[in-house]
Amino acid sequence: MRSPSDTSLSIVFTGSGGAGVMTAGQILLDAATNCGLYGFMTRSTGPQIRGGEAAAMIRLSSKPVQSPGDRFDILLALDFENLQRFADELPLDSASLIIADPAAGEMPGFLKNSAAAVGLVPMSKLAKGVKGGRIAMVGLGILARLIGLPETAIVAAVAASIGRKKPEALAASEAAVLLGANAAPDVAIPKLPLPGKPKEGRWSITGNEATGFGALKAGVKFVAGYPITPATEILEWMAHALPQCGGVLLQAEDELASINMIMGASYGGAPSLTATAGPGLSLMIESLGLAVASEIPLVVVDVMRSGPSTGIATKSEQSDLNIAVYGLHGDAPHIVTAPLSVGDCLLTAQWSVHLAETFQTPVIMLSDQSLGHARVVIDRPEEIVFQTKRLAPEAPIAGYERYAQTDSGISAMAIPGFPGGQYTADGLTHNARGTPSSQAKDHVGQLDKRQRKLNASDFAAHWAEIDGDGELAVLTWGSTSEPLREAVAVARAAGIKVKLIALRLIAPVQPTLLAAALAGVKRILVIEQNHTGQFWRYLRAYYDLPAEVISIHCPGPLPIRPGEAFAHIQRGARA
Amino acid sequence: MNMIPNAAKAFTPAEYKSAVKPVWCPGCGDHSVLISFQRALAQLALPPEQVAIVSGIGCSSRIPAYTNCYGFHGVHGRSLALASGLKVARPDLTVLVASGDGDGFSIGGNHFLHACRRNIDLTYVVMDNRIYGMTKGQPSPTTEPDWDTAISPGGTGLSPFNPLVIALASGANFIARGFSGDIAGCAKLIVEAVQTPGFSFVQILSPCVTFREDQQKGWKNVVHTAIVPETDDPARAARRLMTDDGFNTGVLYRGNRAPYQPLPLAHFDPSHLETEFAK
Amino acid sequence: MTAATQSNEPPKLDNIAEFFAQALAIEVEATERYNLLADQMEVHNNREIAAIFRKMAMIEGEHRNEIARRAGDALVAGRPASFSWIGPDGPEAIDCDDVHYLMTPHRALMLARFNEERAVRYFEAIAAAATDPQIAAFAAEMAAEERDHVVWVDQWLEQIAPDEPGWDEDPDPPVHSE
Repeated sequence: MRSPSDTSLSIVFTGSGGAGVMTAGQILLDAATNCGLYGFMTRSTGPQIRGGEAAAMIRLSSKPVQSPGDRFDILLALDFENLQRFADELPLDSASLIIADPAAGEMPGFLKNSAAAVGLVPMSKLAKGVKGGRIAMVGLGILARLIGLPETAIVAAVAASIGRKKPEALAASEAAVLLGANAAPDVAIPKLPLPGKPKEGRWSITGNEATGFGALKAGVKFVAGYPITPATEILEWMAHALPQCGGVLLQAEDELASINMIMGASYGGAPSLTATAGPGLSLMIESLGLAVASEIPLVVVDVMRSGPSTGIATKSEQSDLNIAVYGLHGDAPHIVTAPLSVGDCLLTAQWSVHLAETFQTPVIMLSDQSLGHARVVIDRPEEIVFQTKRLAPEAPIAGYERYAQTDSGISAMAIPGFPGGQYTADGLTHNARGTPSSQAKDHVGQLDKRQRKLNASDFAAHWAEIDGDGELAVLTWGSTSEPLREAVAVARAAGIKVKLIALRLIAPVQPTLLAAALAGVKRILVIEQNHTGQFWRYLRAYYDLPAEVISIHCPGPLPIRPGEAFAHIQRGARA
Repeated sequence: MNMIPNAAKAFTPAEYKSAVKPVWCPGCGDHSVLISFQRALAQLALPPEQVAIVSGIGCSSRIPAYTNCYGFHGVHGRSLALASGLKVARPDLTVLVASGDGDGFSIGGNHFLHACRRNIDLTYVVMDNRIYGMTKGQPSPTTEPDWDTAISPGGTGLSPFNPLVIALASGANFIARGFSGDIAGCAKLIVEAVQTPGFSFVQILSPCVTFREDQQKGWKNVVHTAIVPETDDPARAARRLMTDDGFNTGVLYRGNRAPYQPLPLAHFDPSHLETEFAK
Repeated sequence: MTAATQSNEPPKLDNIAEFFAQALAIEVEATERYNLLADQMEVHNNREIAAIFRKMAMIEGEHRNEIARRAGDALVAGRPASFSWIGPDGPEAIDCDDVHYLMTPHRALMLARFNEERAVRYFEAIAAAATDPQIAAFAAEMAAEERDHVVWVDQWLEQIAPDEPGWDEDPDPPVHSE
């Protein structure tokens, strides 16, 4: 049912075979944006590369929103082809409205059983009545009327999308949109207030784009990568953006090449990054160890997908925490970060590059498909500048020691071209000079150095987002943070005092900071999206946790919704 | 070359197809390649359970599930390694390997060199469409240097990989090229590839109707049967392949290398090895 | 239509058994091909064309049964020794490359018509070249039957609207599947 505190509307637009559902979803989002609404959009598709069944899920609100909701207010189905595929992703109830075309035939079972109201509109017939009319445009008109968006906003968005190329197509679309609007059933759907175009700028951006942009802001100059779903868009976006910032992108022959290329570029002084998914990260593991041992800064963005192995490439999961934290052979401490929302991919990417350069170590950034592929309309993020400096020798030092023991553990890193700074980077255990050594004191000494450098307190500013207070806390990381933020808000509105702790820094562990965050907390709900409770077990291994810890873990492919999280919080608040 | 089945049973091509419906785009060359596989296997009269098809990741690599043979849909680029292990452990099986130009020549490049060199009795069919289709359109090692993509704006500027020359230089014993639209021709090549002992490499040009339609729908008018007959002389083959226009079809090289054939797996009691340690 | 990659030469047929094996193989292939294409269309949510191809598959299937019945004793123990599973591609089977996930009924039927016509010419060529009068007679019969198919497709085509421009436009870009 619709929660009274819900200020959003969730719409899903489905269709197949060239109907253009995804483009239509984008147009709806654009139109809503121009009316001053915030939005969140995800998509689901079948396995076909073209013509497959598709669903565009759009959530609109007058307040910022970066999470899927609990249910859909409206489902508009252009046809029913293979719609069953999305049954688990389309929660509907008696307060929902299904718009369907009587020509589409029999409604699939899950829709019939949903108790949703049904409005039949002969959309294909209406579309055929306009020369060049498309059924998706009729559908958009219906939706616009239902939710209270002016048709002009839709038409303007259509024009921005196709108008330049084909003025006749625009005229046809306009006519189809109007036909649809006038055919919309007269049903009471909560209307969203339309704030009007905001004074300050808004951004429409995907998690993958935000990741790329954050990396550029932090000064990345070299990217090498290999295509893999759902990370490829980071590489494709950076391919055109990086040269505009004086950088270079190479498409590598595989992930083994990618990680080594960026390591080479970084050794040469260029802040470097690659982007991949679980299977690619697995391939990079050996070389990540080399980056740890030879103290070379680099960032690997892992846009996590359902695993293990090839898994479900187009669905999200938080199941690469283990390999990110534990995957390297030997004792190889490094940094692992995780963005907390689509918009937060910008800050987290920027911060990850900053950390890599500061600590001269690899950073694995655990984004995921639910962030990477989602599009949000958000307030322009505040500009954050990290004074990033890779420690370098200022003047040639006689007897330069690349891996000198310092208090901080961070030693000056000469880059080729700097006279007197010559050293050989090595994965072999080495002494302070960098010469291979099998001496116990060098092995232990360098292990201590690399551990010591990560024991810094520099993580405090961004290691987590902490909100609220209470004896009950929800502890999570990465992409589950936004649905949990909403769940916590609902809980508070229901009188439950609950604290939210969302970790942006997974490794190195921050026991002092977490202990402070958990002061006064008697029960913790650890919530994550994987099958084995990876985050929970990691916490148990490295942290002292107060009295009662309840682990709630569920793998993909379905998103975690605020409502189910709220139910966990309610249960956690009782007894 | 027709084969008169000596086996008690003959198989129809339909018997090599599974009930799983391919998700390849209508118009994709791989649909035709699947039919070629079926016809070839029927011609060879191989019981489906005696055939294993090993693949990597990509559109082409989906093929094992569409057949009624034993299949292994492995990780990206490692199909040849998987297949090599299988064939050495089970020399009695007929092992076919299916890949695409990305899976086979990019991430799989290293394994390609060594599979040719090792010359295990495998038949390697690469469906070459000069693109990464499954990840929505990045250039592959066989893509033309000036083909514009999001990840390589303006084109890679890199010379395309020449897989047939690489195969020859690395020691492959049978090298052929086909065009997916010539189903009978490809079936024939696959039959000969299977019948030729050692590592047989068949590149099948298989147009991508979704990402490369404009460039590749004309392939059917450009492919041509090789005028010069096949050769068993590597030097002559090298010269031909280095000057090849990329659209010559047929068997281009058939060598005389003996295939790598370790002794078949057997069971002997290891106890006698104790003598190495006994004092 | 890729006639260029499909052999136009009818095979050399020495006896009636080979003729029937060939004729049967053509119908079997045509049936399988139409079903294959119908599957592709179903997977890509083009139900209208899937239905057309299924109907064509059914027609070819009926024709196949009819030939088998007529062949009777002439087709002993399956196939004659010279039969090859490889091909060439039957003249009646639609080229896999000629379909499109958004194809229209008009295009589908034009495709079917083209291949039925090829079958007509194929059997006419056999009839003309056959030295065995029995083969010539059967080939002429087959050619006539294929001509009936062409007429039947033409009648169907008359009820179908021609293509609208932009029939192959899909506003959505391709998506990843893996």
